[in-house]
Amino acid sequence: MARKLALRDALNEAMSEEMRRDETVFLMGEEVAEYNGAYKVSKGMLDEFGPKRVIDTPIAELGFAGIGVGAAMNGLRPIVEFMTWNFAVLAFDQIVNNAAKTLSQSAGEFQCPIVFRGPSGSAGQLAQQHSQTFESWMANVPGLKVISCVDPADAKGLLKAAIRDNDPVCMMESEMMYGYEAEVPEGEYLVEIGKAAVRREGTDITLVTFNKMIFPTLEAAELLAKEGISAEVIDLRTIRPLDHKALVDSVKKTNRMVVIDESWPFAGVSAEIAYEIQKYAFDYLDAPVTRVNAADTSLPYAPTLVEAYLPNAAKIVEAAKETLYLNA
Amino acid sequence: MESGMDTATEKKKTTKSRSKKPAYSKEQYLEWYELMFRIRKFEERALMMYGQQKIRGFCHVYIGQEAVAAGMESAIRKEDAIVTAYRQHGTALGRGCDTNACMAELYGKKTGIVKGKGGSMHFFSAEHRYFGGNGIVGAQIPIGTGIAFAEKYKGTDNLCVTMFGDGAARQGALHESFNMAMAWKIPVLYIVENNGYAMGTSVERTSNVTELYKMGLAYDMPSEVVDGMSPEAVHEAVSRAAEHIRAGNGPYYLEIRTYRYKGHSVSDPAKYRTKEEVQQYKDRDPIKITEQTILDHKIATAEELKEIENKIKEEIKEAVKFAEESEFPDASALWEENYVQADYPFIKD
Repeated sequence: MARKLALRDALNEAMSEEMRRDETVFLMGEEVAEYNGAYKVSKGMLDEFGPKRVIDTPIAELGFAGIGVGAAMNGLRPIVEFMTWNFAVLAFDQIVNNAAKTLSQSAGEFQCPIVFRGPSGSAGQLAQQHSQTFESWMANVPGLKVISCVDPADAKGLLKAAIRDNDPVCMMESEMMYGYEAEVPEGEYLVEIGKAAVRREGTDITLVTFNKMIFPTLEAAELLAKEGISAEVIDLRTIRPLDHKALVDSVKKTNRMVVIDESWPFAGVSAEIAYEIQKYAFDYLDAPVTRVNAADTSLPYAPTLVEAYLPNAAKIVEAAKETLYLNA
Repeated sequence: MESGMDTATEKKKTTKSRSKKPAYSKEQYLEWYELMFRIRKFEERALMMYGQQKIRGFCHVYIGQEAVAAGMESAIRKEDAIVTAYRQHGTALGRGCDTNACMAELYGKKTGIVKGKGGSMHFFSAEHRYFGGNGIVGAQIPIGTGIAFAEKYKGTDNLCVTMFGDGAARQGALHESFNMAMAWKIPVLYIVENNGYAMGTSVERTSNVTELYKMGLAYDMPSEVVDGMSPEAVHEAVSRAAEHIRAGNGPYYLEIRTYRYKGHSVSDPAKYRTKEEVQQYKDRDPIKITEQTILDHKIATAEELKEIENKIKEEIKEAVKFAEESEFPDASALWEENYVQADYPFIKD
């Protein structure tokens, strides 16, 4: 049986179920306890688990991320919530220099089973410092795994898998999608890290995306369908490790690909995918892989500028038609 | 540094060096002597082999600071954790890490303590509760706080000694950690090994607050200054701090004033300090002073000390031989220990 759950409640279930199952799992971050979470993801968890396991921190991202790393090295399984990944920049030293490298530099003497999670990407008119995406930053680092998914059912299963994973995992959510409701199965299940999902089957072109860009992408697929173009839509769900096989398999079928990626174009997820496809599906391509990214600029406040900056269905349709040589 | 020690406020308790009468057992003095001598000889040999290009990369030696490792280890338990920075050979040897494995690590050999993956800056040993060996200045301060957090979470009365240098004391991570450790009563013992210089920059040039123990007072953390050239003084201060921490009172902070005779790293001729200053500390050399105490008070004979020295010299010689004869890791080891997941799909093209 499935029921409808908002993304925030699905994430809450994931954490709560894992905390019931394993005493070593705890949650720490700004406003996660008494305030019930800046975005209410941890609502009710303080009441159930108490202040030992649901911990409000001061505003000190570097410090509490480091405390999480130390706790993980010493036998616990911390979930460290960042109010947004933009603030996690202050903690990158601990994520990149320590969590990611603990296993290697200690040659396996110590592991770092930790989850860093929070929203990533634009969220309305929040201007330059609160609107960035961090998937490609974190995915560049060996030692880390990176999940970016807003489907409530999948996000729940992925977060549970991340908490049980013995490697450090960065989980990217979305402020704008915390209230998004969709069907979530009842009962215990995990979603495997590193596997993409086909959200819509198609034969003419593959549209690859992740996080909340799934929505304009599905909208674009719908618009294309009205013009008789059958688009396949792939939701990556995990950025590192990337599900190369799912992408190559799809292109072998459709012979064309557009990557829709809210992050900046330079050396980003879209660039990596384009490389993989030209390398492993070159003979199957009928057109160059193209991409729709956020603009190669900082994101300003004004609504017209937000509109100009972000990918949307119209831009995706245009890119798809270009790839199909249908633009006049 | 010295004048600062004299003018410190009444709030500060300074643990003096060299008690009049030897306060510890013969076994204790000999243990200190042996460990300090082991560290000294290990480091001297490491420098020599670096000169021969057998050891590469960065290499920061502990010569002059041996009393800190010795006095600290005798005052804590083996179950307690330690995390420190990259001047760490002495700390690891103090933990009881194998001399052969440590030397082989400097050589980058697969028999090294972390299989040749860490080098001079990164020794780790779960068995010895030794959490490294960290190369980013000050980053180990929150990590040590987290290691201690986990001990409290698990309900043990173990603590984590979190060591750093005077350079790291200027990082924001220190303040964030001190704040949370006090707020949450975390069982962590912070030790700043103040050797006077952050690489080439003296403590006086990095802040108007040159007495580093005072940084703990801002968080109402019990904070003391300790003479780091004396294992007795370090032992006394660490014992007192450990008792306070194990009783559930939260963190404690010791500013241990010490000195490194050599430069920051092997490539540093240390021209930023005078010969006189270095000599002043060498006159208070922890190994010589401990030897003096042992002989003056007839704790042990010169022959007994000689026996220890010979044993250690043999041990170091053996470690070098072991390192020389060991193999470098196979290239395939590059792909190991990046992920716990055994079948992680690396990008290999």
